[in-house]
Amino acid sequence: MKDDARSEMRRYAIGAVLSAALTLLAFWAVMSHGMARSTALWIVGAAALAQIVVQMRCFLHVGSSSKREDLHLILFSLVLGTLMVGGTIWIMSSLHDRMY
Amino acid sequence: MSSSAHPGINLGGGDPKAQRESETPAFGFWVFLMSDLIIFGVLFAHYVVMTGARAGGPGPSTLFDLRSVAAQTFLLLASSFTYGMASLALKHQRQVRPVAIWLIVTAALGAAFVLLELRDFVNMVGEGGPPQRSGFLSALWALTGLHWLHVTAGLVWIATMLALLSRFGLSDRNKTRLLLLGLYWHFLDLIWIGILSVVYLGGLA
Repeated sequence: MKDDARSEMRRYAIGAVLSAALTLLAFWAVMSHGMARSTALWIVGAAALAQIVVQMRCFLHVGSSSKREDLHLILFSLVLGTLMVGGTIWIMSSLHDRMY
Repeated sequence: MSSSAHPGINLGGGDPKAQRESETPAFGFWVFLMSDLIIFGVLFAHYVVMTGARAGGPGPSTLFDLRSVAAQTFLLLASSFTYGMASLALKHQRQVRPVAIWLIVTAALGAAFVLLELRDFVNMVGEGGPPQRSGFLSALWALTGLHWLHVTAGLVWIATMLALLSRFGLSDRNKTRLLLLGLYWHFLDLIWIGILSVVYLGGLA
């Protein structure tokens, strides 16, 4: 039981430290001058994705030991969200390009 | 317990009855969280489409204050971590006191976040950026405002949770409520990562 508590404590600590580091990386990319805008945006996007994965693992404990229903639910919602967000941005930016 | 359980911290072998009773509510709560995710996702898409629709109004460089945003980010991250400590106290110490103390710390950090962002909202109106000013501003207020309301609702939930804890102690139902509140609180930090990256850092890059 004691070991269990310690390893879980370590997991939260690792999650917090990694999240803080990724946040700092994203802020650094935007605030350091002399970086191309697209490079900064790529760094911010990659850091955000990485931090979401870290927090899903370390704080929400989503992983291979989770129930299959839950994983299906999460994956299905992510697919739906990606379709709606990606589709919206794609269609609207294409429309925008054709208007001007 | 068996190797398959709902995502989120599990009470585990030390408390199998409370763990079993939390399974169905936890699944239902994940359904709510994922539908909430879809709402936020569509608001993100809306915001990205609207970024150019300034109508001559102020843009990110006049409206956003990166230092305040950084403070908010670390407050919310810290509060997510301290909620984790409350979950561990629930699982391993199984006493009301440490759980309540971590909840109060979490609520204090969350309240600081809410107040800082409220100050930013007031400043934005002062800079000529109320929600009705442009399409960009409507989208911005809808997205950040909904997240702000979620955190505020979370604070009300934590206050309710403390009252329930003092009334009923660590009953099985209260344990379930604490697990669900934890999922909610960690989820709000996930949404904030998106807002930070897309709205604030993306807008100022």
